[in-house]
Amino acid sequence: MSETTRTTGVSRRTLLKGTAGLAGLAAGSGAITGFPNVKSADAKVLRYLGTAVNEGDDISRQCLKDTGIKIEYITATTDDVTKRVMTQPNSFDVLDTEYFSLKKIVPSGNILPLDAKKIKQFDNITPVFTKGETPGGKKIGGQGTAPWKVLYLEGKDSKKFATSATEFVTLIPTVYNADTLGIRPDLIKRPINSWSELLNPEFKGKASILNIPSIGIMDAAMVVEASGKYKYADKGNMTKEEIDLTMKVMTEAKKAGQFRAFWKDFNESVNLMASGETVIQSMWSPAVTKVRSMGVPCTFQPLKEGYRSWASGFCVSKGVSGAKLEWAYEFVNWFLSGYAGAYLNRQGYYSAVLSTAKAHMEPYEWAYWMEGKPAEKDIKAPDGSLLEKAGAVRDGGSYEDRMGAVACWNAVMDENDYMVRKWNEFIAA
Amino acid sequence: MSEEVLQQATPGLIPGSGAARAAKPTRLSPSFISWLQAGPMMLVFLAFFLIPLVFVVIVSFWDYNEYQLLPAFSGRGYTDTFEGCLAQLPELCTIGKTYLKTLKLCFLVWAITLFIGFWVAYFLAFHVKSKTWQMGLSLLCTIPFWTSNVIRMIAWIPLLGRNGLVNSGLTKAGLINHPIEWLLFSEFSVVLALVHLFTFFMVVPIFNSMVRIDKSLIEAAYDAGASGFQTLVNVIIPLAKPGIVIGSIFVITIVMGDFITIGVMGGQQIAAAGKIIETRVNALQLPAAAANAVILLAITFLIITMMSRIVDIKKEL
Repeated sequence: MSETTRTTGVSRRTLLKGTAGLAGLAAGSGAITGFPNVKSADAKVLRYLGTAVNEGDDISRQCLKDTGIKIEYITATTDDVTKRVMTQPNSFDVLDTEYFSLKKIVPSGNILPLDAKKIKQFDNITPVFTKGETPGGKKIGGQGTAPWKVLYLEGKDSKKFATSATEFVTLIPTVYNADTLGIRPDLIKRPINSWSELLNPEFKGKASILNIPSIGIMDAAMVVEASGKYKYADKGNMTKEEIDLTMKVMTEAKKAGQFRAFWKDFNESVNLMASGETVIQSMWSPAVTKVRSMGVPCTFQPLKEGYRSWASGFCVSKGVSGAKLEWAYEFVNWFLSGYAGAYLNRQGYYSAVLSTAKAHMEPYEWAYWMEGKPAEKDIKAPDGSLLEKAGAVRDGGSYEDRMGAVACWNAVMDENDYMVRKWNEFIAA
Repeated sequence: MSEEVLQQATPGLIPGSGAARAAKPTRLSPSFISWLQAGPMMLVFLAFFLIPLVFVVIVSFWDYNEYQLLPAFSGRGYTDTFEGCLAQLPELCTIGKTYLKTLKLCFLVWAITLFIGFWVAYFLAFHVKSKTWQMGLSLLCTIPFWTSNVIRMIAWIPLLGRNGLVNSGLTKAGLINHPIEWLLFSEFSVVLALVHLFTFFMVVPIFNSMVRIDKSLIEAAYDAGASGFQTLVNVIIPLAKPGIVIGSIFVITIVMGDFITIGVMGGQQIAAAGKIIETRVNALQLPAAAANAVILLAITFLIITMMSRIVDIKKEL
């Protein structure tokens, strides 16, 4: 889900954090006396580059408390994260990015894989990443840049993805989710069960997709396939002809006035939906929750063709070595140890190591978010605000049901350059 | 333009410094002082505008792959951009359509901001007598800049949206049965937002030109029996021309390169020259983005040149 999720909020947070950091620095440098515990000499600081998904004040605070590692967030959109890795690899230590950008990042040689043997929970990472199946054994769709295709490298400095497990892991998995269409059941007033509904003329002027070409075209491909027009060998890696065909369908819909607006920002998607400008659009789970918490009915609708999924994980910059590398391992190990996982699960995302996250969640929370059971008590967000009243059931149901129904993964195509040109043509049409 | 200003300014400076250094033979020449005064700005310009611009031009002729720039000469950025422009004739290719749309929006915004800006400036210059009020009222024009783009976009929805104030007002008044869809996420809303934002850039230079018009000229016109309209056309407009041209340059250059407001207000469905660049940059196709930037620069430059043909700004200032 390449995004600017809550960027505004986070930049404010980052600013606060920056101020706190300065204060800490001042304290550490001895400018402020009376804080005997602050030792500036061994301050463990990691610069953390990533999107807003995994970043939270609570996470960095808890991390500092548990490990003594101070996390300095550098927040950017997915595109900007990739750009920064390419152009300023020394400006960060830990990188938190999506698997689909690996096709660009790994050949650049600007990141180092992590050693699986040093990750304590590596064997407990959900088989979604390692085998492409759910813990219950459901096979997951592998179209696009599925994580298990790009999880391992052949060697430490290799730029080739290994076909079987090695100890060199490109990204240690952290968070992932299954995305689908969000709908306004109160305005649509009938069941929706297929991606093809996105281009149904019934919703003329009331539909929307993501304005990120590589993801928008995947949603379009789900629609094309659902309407029976064409069956792709791999929606995440189209041929030029397939791109032409997909964009033609989209162009016709655009010219007919199907789309109200395309969105790029988390808040934009929430506003379009909450104001009734759109009634059906591709969306992210926390955005649906937010619309609902505003008192507006909104469903993250499971569809028979399945979900489009995304996943992110950690690696380090090529410039990281020595003690800093050890801190990075310590941090990644801490991240997988449960607190952060529970925090992510409570937002509607999924954590990579399920067992540790479960230990940090209340049984009723686990039952609601992961098992698809009706909420025994009110469901609260990590910040304590009310998300769902008791009795509510998560859209799409359990982890098994949702992840098991994934059809494809966010991807970068081989024909990416051509696709981007076609996207510009589509916008100009 | 700055030279003349400086020459006017230097006589005041030289006597002061001249008196203090009267005995010294190495008196700084006026032109040296002019250079010294203009120097810092020139250096900033050189370091942060001209040199990066040269890089952009160089990179636009490089090749690239998925993850890096390949510093070998290639015209790919340009040929890709003009892809299909001959083959698709008489239909317009992507870049043609995009520029046509951008120019259309640009023209509309220019014409409307000029019209509104001219009259606001006219009001401020000739009808508001007190300097304080003139200042206060022109500051009011900056209000649209007090909010961020996202906020502005979100703010337009309750006003122009399907269930917004305008639509519900019209429905209640019995004027329409169905909400008007083109109020938001359309060319209309793009032009509206751009005019709302940039009229200020028209007002300030035109106002500046107008307050410098010698009031006795207007009196003379009146005494000579000119009607109000004749005075406007034959006296005020010609003398306000430099302001009009400067304001036009502001508005046209900004709108030509804009992709944020056009994107946000057009629901990301309206093509803009700047948007092509943004999409390319986001896909890390930097040479292609640079090539598009060079094309945009060339076209904008062409427009500005044409405008400065009409009025010699240097002379008028």
